[in-house]
Amino acid sequence: MPDTPDIADRRDAVCVIGAGASGLAAIKNLREHGFEVDCYERETSVGGAWNWRHDRSPVYAGTHLISSRPLTEFPDFPMPDTWPDYPDHRQVLSYLERYSRHFDLERDVWFGTQVVSVVPVGDGRWDVTTQSTGGGSSRVQRYAGVVVANGHNWAPLKPKIPGDFSGQLIHSAKFKDPAQLRKRKVLVIGGGNTGCDIAVEAAQQASTVWHSTRRGYWYAPKYVLGRPADQVNDRMLKLGLPLRLRQWLYRRALGLTTGDLTRYGVPEPDHRPYESHPIVNSQLPYYLGHGRITPVPDVTSLDGSFAVLADGRRIEPELVITATGYRPRFEFLAPELLDIGEDGRPDLHLHAFARQHPTLAVVGLVQADFGLFPLAHWQSVAVARWLRLRVTDPERATAVQQKESTRPLASWSRRRVVPTPRHWFEVDHTDYLRAVEGLLREMEPRP
Amino acid sequence: MKSELLRFQDWTDPVRPVEREVVSMTEETDAKLPPLLFVPGLGHGAWAFAEHWLPATAARGFPAHALTPRPGGDLRAHAHDVVQVAASLPRQAVLVGHGAGALVVAYAMGRYPARAAVLAAPVMDGWPALGAALRANPFGTLPAIFGGRLRLNRKQLFGPGLPEERATAILDRLDARPRRELVTHAPAPRPAGDPPVLVVGSPDDRVVPRKSLDRTATRYGGAPLLFPGMGHDLPLDVAWAEPIEAILDWLGKELGH
Ligand SMILES: Cc1cc2nc3c(=O)[nH]c(=O)nc-3n(C[C@H](O)[C@H](O)[C@H](O)COP(=O)(O)OP(=O)(O)OC[C@H]3O[C@@H](n4cnc5c(N)ncnc54)[C@H](O)[C@@H]3O)c2cc1C
Ligand SMILES: NC(=O)c1ccc[n+]([C@@H]2O[C@H](COP(=O)([O-])OP(=O)(O)OC[C@H]3O[C@@H](n4cnc5c(N)ncnc54)[C@H](OP(=O)(O)O)[C@@H]3O)[C@@H](O)[C@H]2O)c1
Repeated sequence: MPDTPDIADRRDAVCVIGAGASGLAAIKNLREHGFEVDCYERETSVGGAWNWRHDRSPVYAGTHLISSRPLTEFPDFPMPDTWPDYPDHRQVLSYLERYSRHFDLERDVWFGTQVVSVVPVGDGRWDVTTQSTGGGSSRVQRYAGVVVANGHNWAPLKPKIPGDFSGQLIHSAKFKDPAQLRKRKVLVIGGGNTGCDIAVEAAQQASTVWHSTRRGYWYAPKYVLGRPADQVNDRMLKLGLPLRLRQWLYRRALGLTTGDLTRYGVPEPDHRPYESHPIVNSQLPYYLGHGRITPVPDVTSLDGSFAVLADGRRIEPELVITATGYRPRFEFLAPELLDIGEDGRPDLHLHAFARQHPTLAVVGLVQADFGLFPLAHWQSVAVARWLRLRVTDPERATAVQQKESTRPLASWSRRRVVPTPRHWFEVDHTDYLRAVEGLLREMEPRP
Repeated sequence: MKSELLRFQDWTDPVRPVEREVVSMTEETDAKLPPLLFVPGLGHGAWAFAEHWLPATAARGFPAHALTPRPGGDLRAHAHDVVQVAASLPRQAVLVGHGAGALVVAYAMGRYPARAAVLAAPVMDGWPALGAALRANPFGTLPAIFGGRLRLNRKQLFGPGLPEERATAILDRLDARPRRELVTHAPAPRPAGDPPVLVVGSPDDRVVPRKSLDRTATRYGGAPLLFPGMGHDLPLDVAWAEPIEAILDWLGKELGH
C-alpha cells in the first residue's frame, strides 16, 4: 500500500538536493541570504563525488585535481596555502568536510535521505518527497524553492559495443584501485580525463595497455613555463590575448615539449586547442613515448576474448575499462520542468535557472576550463539573490527576468566545441562568470 | 567597473605561503561559540593582544586567537594571512582588527564571510590619518614618509592614565614600518556574506580622527562605539577592559545570546 503522508509546510524554506560541493555552497549562500534550508543527501556524509567511500563516487585512488588549487577553491574559503598545486582526492574531501564544519552546514542536512519526487504545486511552491535510502516510509514537505545539486558524475554512460566479451568489462566508475590493473592486459576506452588517468595508471601496473580513443585530443601538461598550466592560461586571458593567439601559443608550447603525438600513432586532433573539455595529463605523452601505452582507434565490436578495432585489428585484453563518462540524471523531476529534450539535456538559463519555473534551479551542472567549486559558488549566490529578490521586490524581479531573457546565449555558452554530446554544457569560465556577474549586478540590493 | 568575480590576481599570482605566528587561548572556552581572530596594527604583533584582550575574550568563553601578519608583507599578503588563519579555525570566525589591522580585516572580509567583524580605532582612510599623525607627532612621522621607521609617541597611543614606565616599555617594543599603500590603497572591497560590523574608537585618539571614525562606521552601517579618554592603542591602554567587554557584549547580542 502506498504511503499517504501528511504534507508538512516548510513555508519560506528552500530545499537543496545533494550535499556535494555544489549543495554545500547552496546551503551556505542561501543561509547568508536569510533563507531556512533543508538539504537532503542520500549518502551518509558530505563530499559527493569526492567521497570515495560513497558507492557512486567516480573517484579512484590516484585522482588528483586537474584544475590547480587557486582556480579550484571556493572564492570565500581558500584551501590551505601550504597544499600542493594539485591536491589529491583525500585533500579535496577534507576541504569540503572542513567547509561544511566551518559554516555549520550539516545542521541542515538530512543524511541517508533520498529525494524521490519534486512536484510543483502552483504559486512557485514545491512538494518534495523524500525516502530514507534504505527504503522505508516516505515523507512530503512543501518548499518555497528547490535547488538541485545532485551532481552529474555518478550515472555511468556505458557505450553499446556489439558482441560478447569473455574477459572482464567494467565502466570506469567501478575502477578504484590500481591493483585491479596489476599484471593484466588492459584496454581503456575513452579519451577524457578519466580514460587518460587510467591509461597512465595502467602503464605503471599492467602488462599491456591499449588506449582507444575515437578522435585525437590536445593533451595539456600540468605545468608550463614553470607554473600550473591553467594559471598561465588565465594570465593570457587577463592580458586579453585573442583566442587565435592563445591557440597558436598552445600549439607552440606543446611543440616545444611533447611534440607531435601522431608519431606514436595517436590520431591528429580534429579540432583546435580550447575546442574541447580540457584534458590535463602530463604523463600520457610520457608513457606513449616509453611505449607503455599503445594508442588504438575506436573499438567496433567485441568477439569472445577479442576486441575488434576500427582498423580491423584484433587485440586480446583481459580487462576492458570503458571510461566513457557520465550523464546527468534527474529522475525525481518530470523532464519538462527543466526543459529536458529528447537528448536528455536540460535547457536552463545560465545552465542554472529553469526557464518556466522561477523557484527551481540547478547548481553545478556545468563543465569548464576551471574548477567547479567557484562556479557552483557564484551560481548559488545568484540563485539565493534571485529567490530573495522575488520575495522583497517582485516587480524588480520581473524586470530582471525580462532583461535576462534577452541575454544572448553565445555570451555565456561555449559554442566552438567539438560537437559531441558531452560538450553541451561546456562553458568558458571568464565568459560564464561575466554573465553571472551581470545577473548579480541587476539584482544588487538597493540601499 | 572592476569585476568581483574574475579574480585573475588570486588565480594566477597566489600569495606565497609563510609560517605564521598565531597566539591562541582556547582552554576552557566554549567550542560552540565562534572563535575571535585578532589582527594587530602597525608595529604591533600578536603579543599586543596576548596581554589583555585574548585572556579577557577566553574568560568569556570565546576561543581567542591573535595573528602577526607576515613581516614586510603588503596589504594583500596580510589579508591573505588573516583569511588563511580564519579558514583554518574549526568555526566561522569573528575578525577583530586594530588600527591598520582593521584595514587588513576590511580587506580580508572581501575574501572570507566573517561571522562578525570589529574595527577598532580603524586606520581606514590613509590621508586623514597621515594628517593627524603629522599634527600630533611631526618628527616621528616624517621619516616614515620617506620609507623609514614610524616613531609613535605616547600622546598618540595612550591616555594620560597609563603609567610612564609601562608606556615606554610598549613604545620600545613597537617596530612600525608603514607602507605607502596605507595611504594610497583602494577602498576596501565589499564584505562577503554581509556580516554585522562594529566600529569602536576613542574621540581622543590622535591617530584616527573622529570624522574618519564616523565615516568608517557609516560605511558599515552604524555609529561608532566611543571610549572617551583612551588613546589609539585600545588593547594596551590603561582602560583596555572597557572596549573588549563592550565588543563581547555586542557580539553576544549579535549571536542572539
Ligand atoms: C574523477 C573526477 C575528477 C574530477 N576532478 C575535478 C577537478 O580537478 N576539478 C574540479 O573542479 N572538478 C573535478 N571533477 C568534477 C566534480 O564532479 C566536481 O568537482 C564536484 O565534485 C561536483 O560536485 P557536485 O556537488 O555538483 O556533485 P556531486 O559531488 O556528485 O554531489 C552530488 C550529491 O548529491 C547527492 N544526490 C544525488 N541525487 C540525490 C537524490 N535524489 N537525493 C538525495 N541526494 C542526492 C549525491 O549522493 C551526492 O552526494 C572531477 C570529477 C571526476 C569524476
Ligand atoms: N581531476 C581529474 O584528474 C579528473 C579525472 C577524471 C575526470 N575528471 C572530470 O570528470 C568529468 C568526467 O570525465 P570522464 O573522463 O569520466 O568523462 P568525459 O569527459 O565525458 O569523457 C568521455 C570520453 O569517452 C569518449 N566516449 C564517450 N562515449 C563513447 C563511446 N560510445 N565510444 C567511444 N568513446 C566514447 C568521449 O569521446 P568524445 O570526445 O568523442 O566525446 C570522451 O573521450 C570531466 O569533467 C573531467 O574533467 C577529472
